[in-house]
Amino acid sequence: MSNNVLAFAESRGGDLRRAGLEAVAAARVIADARGGAVHAILFGASGIAAHVAKLGAHGADAVIVVEHAAFAHNNPEAVAATIAAKMSGFGAFVCAASATGKDIAPRVAAKLQVPVASDAIAMTVAAASITVTHPGYTGKILQTLTLTATPAVVSVRPGAFLPKENAKAGSVENAAPASDPSASRVKITETAAGNAAKLDLGEAPVIVSGGRGLKEAANFKLVEDLAAAFGNAAVGATRAVTDDGWRPHSDQIGQTGRLVSPDLYVACGISGAIQHLAGMRTSKTIVAINKDKEAPIFKIADYGVVGDVLEILPVLTAEVKKAKAQ
Amino acid sequence: MKIAVCIKRVPDMDVRFKIAPSGKAVDETGLKFDISDFDGYAVEAALQIKEKLNAGEVVVISLGPDVVQETLRKAMSMGADRAVQLKADTVPADSFAIASALAAELKDGGYDLIMFGRMSIDTAHGATGAMTAELLGLPVVNAISKLEFDGRTAKMRRELEGAYELVECALPAVVTIDEGIARPRYPSLKGIMAAKKKPLDTKPAQLPAPRLSLDTLALPPERAAGRIIGEGSAVVPELVRLLKEEAKVL
Repeated sequence: MSNNVLAFAESRGGDLRRAGLEAVAAARVIADARGGAVHAILFGASGIAAHVAKLGAHGADAVIVVEHAAFAHNNPEAVAATIAAKMSGFGAFVCAASATGKDIAPRVAAKLQVPVASDAIAMTVAAASITVTHPGYTGKILQTLTLTATPAVVSVRPGAFLPKENAKAGSVENAAPASDPSASRVKITETAAGNAAKLDLGEAPVIVSGGRGLKEAANFKLVEDLAAAFGNAAVGATRAVTDDGWRPHSDQIGQTGRLVSPDLYVACGISGAIQHLAGMRTSKTIVAINKDKEAPIFKIADYGVVGDVLEILPVLTAEVKKAKAQ
Repeated sequence: MKIAVCIKRVPDMDVRFKIAPSGKAVDETGLKFDISDFDGYAVEAALQIKEKLNAGEVVVISLGPDVVQETLRKAMSMGADRAVQLKADTVPADSFAIASALAAELKDGGYDLIMFGRMSIDTAHGATGAMTAELLGLPVVNAISKLEFDGRTAKMRRELEGAYELVECALPAVVTIDEGIARPRYPSLKGIMAAKKKPLDTKPAQLPAPRLSLDTLALPPERAAGRIIGEGSAVVPELVRLLKEEAKVL
């Protein structure tokens, strides 16, 4: 078995994603434990090779560049087929458990006739096995699982393995797709980017999130203003709010939405239904603003403020701006 | 259209879990069980397709011990036509093993569409649907929040972080369902009565030896108890001071 590890250098729209660097960081953990090398595999349309240096700087010993015009959009069938075909030289494959990674990992694993250890937040690497910790039961239970299949296919939770500067050679190998991407049965006809300036919920160090306590969709402006005052914040919402169409479904934090653990989570007018807490309870610091002092959100908030969110938010925004200006 | 929906029986999450003495399972005392959240959306989406076309069949499949029959009956009380239990003493942790057993059942079923939830809400691996598709040699689109048909072509939307994809795929195909597609209906009394007479086949699950095994379950560390620092906008300066000096997040 090869001690080398293949990492999925996730990109979208020609940009290398943080998830790709996190996959390299997690792959390094396996490769370093086994004395192997990390090769990152990067798919994209013409010009994608520009990201090779960044992958090398973050721990990739080598980068396999698979360039094809059809990779302007994600192409899960051709990507998975190419990765699976490359795996003969590797003992493990690692990707982030992002929307794209979660789509790719099981395809690759099934092609290789092995299981996948999904969404790991920690790994212990032995010569012939990898033990992972994986949160389940809406974050209420930590499962420890041991993967003995070869090759090992692992996806890692975004934010669990942080990218770090770790200069390696980053030598380049150009490769062709293992199947014709233009012939894939699953065709992505459009990738609609949200606001490019907007931080993603999974990547933002601060999340300001709103619930029914905001009373109407227009009042989300107050949440957005506070997020803008922090400067490094994304905006989230409860299911009640996304169900009512105040915010898009993709903003939903909770059991059936996004699972987040930012450094700071500011819950504005959120009562703290189990469904919501499941998505944010692992945040490092939690602030809650709610008019009902019996609201369950206060049971897990490090700093609770009882009061009308519509009155408090503008004051908080002004104070945060002041603090940031100092 | 002939549709299969693969569903899992899971405990209600709205509880404080305890770990069983074995360390490898949750203590099921007092727990209520139901169809896993995303699987419920898949059942509802399948029923809506059948109702819209006014033709076809919805078959629900679940792998596990005999208690999954209750989950299959629930799906039939919502409107599924028949059910298959792939009998196994326990549901393995190994997604490849589960996918192998499901693929063995599905391969000769003549299904136009095979649906899964995007992940189970308990073990939360999110791998079974895509793996089953690969083993069947069928195309798969994961985590879709919209599904429409143009003849034999499925047109779908998939949410990404801060973006979405519009995806097309010809049938037969496998899809895994995200929230947003359909809210599951409550079974009617008539539906519950009808479900008792609908066919439920039981077959042994053809599970290969697992290569991903569960070592232990553990409860995550408890958060420190919450603290209310005050009322009204007057406490905001104190909040900001705490964020800066104590939490060091500003």
